[in-house]
Amino acid sequence: MIDLLKAILLLGGALLMLLAAVGIVRLPDLLTRMHATTKAASLGVNLTMLAVALHFSDVGVVARALAIILFVLTTAPIAAHVMGRAGYFVGTRLWSGTVKDELRPNYDPLTHELKSGQEPRQNVERPGRDEAPE
Amino acid sequence: MEYVIIMAQSIMGLALLLAFVRVVRGPSLPDRAVALELFSTIVMGLVGVQAIASGVASFLDVAIVIALMGFLASIGFARFLERGGLRDD
Repeated sequence: MIDLLKAILLLGGALLMLLAAVGIVRLPDLLTRMHATTKAASLGVNLTMLAVALHFSDVGVVARALAIILFVLTTAPIAAHVMGRAGYFVGTRLWSGTVKDELRPNYDPLTHELKSGQEPRQNVERPGRDEAPE
Repeated sequence: MEYVIIMAQSIMGLALLLAFVRVVRGPSLPDRAVALELFSTIVMGLVGVQAIASGVASFLDVAIVIALMGFLASIGFARFLERGGLRDD
């Protein structure tokens, strides 16, 4: 019974990693590639570590496996967020079928200034951004 | 159980090959950085399978260290890109 559960967890984790790798090869865009890898691969690691915890069934090993799972679940979104932000700043091209880029009309990539889109008119069109404010 | 371990290892090896394809072909540096992050994740899974296959629980420490290094490497790549390092796209 435990062996069957371990086999299911191991193969499920490996197949999720294969799914992430297929996604990173096939998808057309940086952001869609990150969407494929960061979720599927971290879930694959979690399933594999659950299989390890079931196999050893020792307090120290189970605690370490759960610590790995917690660490991966904590750091994978942070790394994905930071990489996506850096990719947008660098100016990677989005996929040609992208429907909406809400950041483009409101964001100035040179000064890293983000507008809300609801400013009064004179604030938007103020000339001379480099001058010191009075 | 041996067949399961061999199958899991071969599937993860195939996943490593596909990620390597993206590292070689990736049009820009962020794509390659994402593929390297996927590398570290798959290698963590391989280390877990190896811990089951050999029965040595100390391999989990290796997995912890690989997770730390992968996270710090992706943060470092992102800082490097934002500060304006050299790019080839």
